[in-house]
Order: sequence, then C-alpha cells, then structure tokens
Amino acid sequence: MKRTLLLVAVLSASQAALAAGSADKGKTAFAKHGCWQCHGFAGQGGVAGPKLAPDPMPLEAMSAFVRNTRGGMPPYQKAILSDADLADIHAYLQSLPKARDYKSIPLLNP
Amino acid sequence: MARKDPGPQVDRRKFLSGVAAAGAATAAAAMSTPVARAAEPAPAPRVPSALRPTLQVAAAETETPRETTNRIGGRPGSDFMVDVIKTLGIKYLPANCASSYRGIHESLINYGGNKMPEFLTCMHEESAVGMAHGYFKIAGKPLMTLCHGTVGLQHATMAIYNAWCDRVPVIVVGGNDMDAATRPPGVPTFHAAQDINALVRDFTKWDDTPVSLAHFAQSFVRAYKIAMTPPCGPVMISLDAGLQQEVIRNHGDKLAIPRYVPTAAPQGDSGAVKEAARLLAEAQNPVIVADRAARTPNGIKLLVQLAETLQARVIDQGSRVNFPKTHYLSAPPTAVSGADVILGLELSDFWATVNSYTDNGENGGIGANGTRIKPGTKLISISSVELNTKSNYQDFQRFQVIDVPMAGDAEATLPALIEAVKAAIPGSKKAAIEQRGQAAKKAHAEAEARAKQAAALAWDASPISTARLCAETYAAVKDLDWSIVSQSGNVSDWLNRLWPLSEHHHWIGRSGGYGVGYGAPASVGAALANRDAGRFSVNIQADGDLMYAPGVLWTAAKHKIPQLAVMHNNRGYHQEVMHVQRLSNFRNRPANYGADMGPVGTRIENPDIEYHKLAESMGWWARGPIKDPAQLGSALKEAVKIVQAGQPALLNVWTQPR
Repeated sequence: MKRTLLLVAVLSASQAALAAGSADKGKTAFAKHGCWQCHGFAGQGGVAGPKLAPDPMPLEAMSAFVRNTRGGMPPYQKAILSDADLADIHAYLQSLPKARDYKSIPLLNP
Repeated sequence: MARKDPGPQVDRRKFLSGVAAAGAATAAAAMSTPVARAAEPAPAPRVPSALRPTLQVAAAETETPRETTNRIGGRPGSDFMVDVIKTLGIKYLPANCASSYRGIHESLINYGGNKMPEFLTCMHEESAVGMAHGYFKIAGKPLMTLCHGTVGLQHATMAIYNAWCDRVPVIVVGGNDMDAATRPPGVPTFHAAQDINALVRDFTKWDDTPVSLAHFAQSFVRAYKIAMTPPCGPVMISLDAGLQQEVIRNHGDKLAIPRYVPTAAPQGDSGAVKEAARLLAEAQNPVIVADRAARTPNGIKLLVQLAETLQARVIDQGSRVNFPKTHYLSAPPTAVSGADVILGLELSDFWATVNSYTDNGENGGIGANGTRIKPGTKLISISSVELNTKSNYQDFQRFQVIDVPMAGDAEATLPALIEAVKAAIPGSKKAAIEQRGQAAKKAHAEAEARAKQAAALAWDASPISTARLCAETYAAVKDLDWSIVSQSGNVSDWLNRLWPLSEHHHWIGRSGGYGVGYGAPASVGAALANRDAGRFSVNIQADGDLMYAPGVLWTAAKHKIPQLAVMHNNRGYHQEVMHVQRLSNFRNRPANYGADMGPVGTRIENPDIEYHKLAESMGWWARGPIKDPAQLGSALKEAVKIVQAGQPALLNVWTQPR
C-alpha cells in the first residue's frame, strides 16, 4: 500500500513537473540538448529522425520513450535532460503550427 | 629499375650535368643520334695547322652554335606515350603538376597539342581523381590523371578509394624517378619510391611498372581495358621519369601500340539464371533491389522491362540511377519486408538490405541486429564484385547467405534473365501479376503524397528546410535539361523524393567509399561531361565537403565548367555531430558543446565560413548567406542565368541540419 501511494505521489509529481512546460524555454532546450540535430529545428524530421511536430505524442508517452528508447534514438536520462526541460520541449513542439496542405504550395505541385 | 640498356649517349642526366660543366659547345657537339654516331669511323687525330682558318671553321669556333635537332638527341619517349594515350580517346586529364612527370607533361601540351587529352589544372590530386570519378558517372568514359608518385599519390588515395568502392574506372599514372644512382639529388629522392603502386594496390584493380616504351604501350592499353571491364575500377601505372625523358631508341622491333578491344562484360551462369527466373516467376511478391545495376542508360531500360514483366517493385539504393523514381513500381527500402523473393543487382551490402542494425548501446555497446524480411524469403544475387575482391579493404560488408548467387555483371545478365522470366511465368499467374501492379500503383501514389506533405513541414522555417531547398532548386531548373552532379548532399533524400529522377544522367549517385571531400570535385567532373553534352548541372554542395579541397572551384572557373552550386550549409560535420551526441547519451554525460551548437570538434561555426566570398575569389558568381526561404527563389533565378551564360555560380544557403 505504501509502495502504491509512493508511486502515485511520484507520478503526480512527475506529471506536475511535466505539465509545467514553457514553449519559449522549450525552444531553447530543444537546441541546447541537441534535439534539432536529428529532428530539425522545427521538429520536422528527416532521414536521421522522425517528425516530432506538429501534433507531438502525449508528454507521458514522449517521456517514457525518451528515457528508455531502444530504437534508433539514443536515450536521454534525467542526468542530461531534466523533466522540466523535457516538459518545456514538449510545450515547444505543441506550439508549432500545422504544416500547410502540400496541395496549396505551388512548388510541391510542379 | 630492371632496364639494362645503356641508353643514348646524351640523355637528360648528361644534359643536366652538361649545362653545368661543359657548356653549350659540348652539348651542341653531341647532337647526332646514337645510331648515326655508331656508324661513323673514328676521327683521325687533328694536326696543328699554321694556315688561317676558313670562314666555316672560324664561325664554328666563335659563333653561337645553331641547334640542328634538340639537346636530348632525338624524340623523347614521352612523345610515344602520348601517341599511345591518344589511341584511347581520353578527353581530359585533370592533374596537379609535378616534376616526376614533367617529361610526359611537356609532350602532352606541346607534342600532343593539349588535346585528347586536354590538361586541366587542378590544385589537389584528390580533386583530380574526384573529377575523373564524377566525369565517368555522366560520360561513361574514363579519364586519366597524373601525379607525383609519392606525395601526389598520397593526396590522391582517398579519391582512388572512393572510385574503387563505386566501381568507377580511373587511370592513375604516377611519375617516379626510379634510378637512385642518377636521379637529381634532393627533393626527387623524397618524391620517389621503389614501388609507388603499393600505396594503392589494395584498392585498385591492377597496377604495373613499365620499364620500356613497348612495355608502356602494352601496360597503358591493358590498364584501360581492365579498368573498363565490369566490375570497373581504378588502375595504377608507375611511370619512370627516366623513361619519359630518354629518347626513343630502335631495338629492332618497331614500337607498336596494341589496339583496344573492349572485353565483353561477364554474365551470370545460364543455369543459375534459369533457377532465378523460376523463383521470380513463381513468387507471390518478388522485389528487386538495385545499387549499381545500370552501368549505362540501357541498364535502366532493361530493369524497367524486368520489373514490368513481373510487376515487381524496385528499390533503387542509388549508387546509380537504376530505375525511374517516377515509375509506379519504384519502392522505398521498406518494401523488402513483404517479399518472398528478393533479387539483388550489384548490391554493395546485401546484408544490410535484408537486415537492420540499431546503434543504441545494446549488447555492451556494439548495437543490435534484426531481420527486415520474412523467414524463408529466397535471395538471388547478381554481382560482378564477386569476381574482384581484396583482403585488406573489405568493402563487400557482412556475410549474407544467398540462395542463388551469380558472379556476373547485372546489366549484361538482364537480357537473359528477362527472357528466362518470360518463359517461366505460368499462364495461371498472369492475373495475380496484374493485380500486383495495380497495388503498386496505389502504393506509389500514396508514397508520393506522403513525401510532399512531409516536405511541407517547416516550409517557412529559417534556416531553410532541406525539402524547400530542393523544391526551390528544382523549380528554377525544371524546364532545362538538368543533371544533379552531387551525391545525396545529406538533404534527407529530398532530391530522390521530390525530383523526377528517371534518366541515367539525372543523378550521379553516391560516392562509394563515403570519403568526405568527394562531392565538390565529382560535381566539377560531372559538370564537365554535362557541359560537353549541353546539359545544365546542379550541385547541392555540403559545407564540410567543400572545405577539403576548395581549390576545385578555381579549376571549374579556369576551365569554364559551369554549374549551379547550392550550398547545404548546416555549419557542421553533421554526421559527427550526431555521433558524438549519441555516445554522450549512451554514457549519460551532457555533450560538451563549448561555445557552439553541437559537440566540440564537430561544428563549422564561430566564425562562419563565407562560402560565397570563397567562390567569388576563385572566379565564381556567388551570393549569400541566404537564410530566409522567401529570398531563395529569386536568387536561384539569377544564378541560373549566370550558369546558362557559362559561368559557375554558387549560393551560400543556411539550412536545417538534414
């Protein structure tokens, strides 16, 4: 019972920290921690990493993935990326506008 | 050197010492040919005379001697070498000048008239070989280069290795002053070696050290023939400086130049072809994967014919344009996952075609392997590289068990395979094959739409997205006969995803060995071939690549080789940016960026390089830095006009990382 309560408390605290993201700070953190290297400055993705924005995955899922990834992306443990920074990064990704429909871009319809 | 012939009485070495010790009169007295001198009787001893000298005698003793032939006493051996080279129709000779080949250099430009081949002044041997590499990818014909056999060849090695890995013929000739007893002292000894070819033997198809002119003729024609026989590759000839400079002597046999007759490319075994055809014809979902299958434009036509016969999707790994990207059977690498039969054509890495590797610190840091294909999938391979492997540099990658392996050239084997497949398809399969084609059409259209929607992401971002960079560039040249003369340019494959690559010359493909520094010189070489064909060359130029040997920009301007270079300036060696970040994460340590945007030692910033100024200083029209995507289109239009007028043009564009 005590363990359950503790887990709830930890999750709540974690979610509270994750929920307090700032898009402005997140833009800085996105650059500072090298996320842009594979995903691009706008999270658009490319050959080295998938698109992150717009419509990023939920913060909890993103956190779980970033901490424990077994895929192509190297993990970011808390020692190098805090929960607060991660939440800010998520907020930044959420703030990015949707892409235009490619059909509305003449250069993509030559 | 094994050559024992005493040679002419007046050779280049006597010429050198003669200038210092004996004076002009001595040299003039030695002008007659060795053969002629040998036939003359020994002169009688001179008797002193009290008579006044005749006018002729006085003139001979007091006036400046008139040369009746030349100081070396005949025709230099390097003239004959030029005769040999001219029989092979080699159009250009990009090279950085060097004293160890001064003999043939002089013959090429004076005796040979600097035509076929034309000497192109290069500022680095790696640039010269890279140019030859790029030229072949467009023209389908090899170039030769000359270099100092030691220091110059060491400069050239990385580019030779790229050519080796990319199966591209380049004829490398290294000057080497081999006679240690007579070569000029000092620098020429540092620039000579017993066996210069040893430096590149592990990644050339063949090398030789001719010791006579007759030997040179045979070696050079043989080198050309070996280089051009699939699997193609670079070859090396060590060319003695003495042999170049000594006079042509008659040994009884007239010097002859062997006629070049191309060797037919090796084909896969007929039994194996039949078995491959049976597997393909009976497959539910055959997939074709091609890397260097289309050596010529005809290779594309053949591959289209095979694919359409089977309605099989084709993955083009891109070391050449093997298959039109616009064709509905063109497929992404993931298409192997549903295959039950996979035909690999000239793959450099069959293992990685059907397996995955994850570099995420697993298994104690060495990464994890996985399969990409279903159990029981049959694998067929046609590869000429099986006929030419080396031990030290094993570029054929990890071992992959193949069900039907064929040692043969894919393009040469395709006609037989197509006929065998047509014969093997049972009538009962034709409806299923037709349905396969319909499914492929749908998948291709959906993939195209997905790619365009992905390109729309970060469309207005600054730095400029690589998708927009490629889309803007295409818009500027789409009405011209264009050719992409860069490798991928590390732009997230947008060139392949957005440009309608369909012709052999539309793209030169990858470098082979992935040696950074290939891009700029290869682009100039390919642009040279395109210039002669009346095509417009486009180069998406990576920043780090350009700085290996930027002097090639000058070579392009000097020899009026136009191209549009659009910089993908992400201000870093970005592959290494990601590698060091990855290792920092594995080790749970924040990556040390110093004052830059990425790990120390990987970024090209602070200060930023002004590539436009660099290019301008070497005779290019250039603009930049362009950071706002809205400004890119107009700059491209202006640059295209410059290039159409014959001048190379460069736009320094700040871009997203990939």
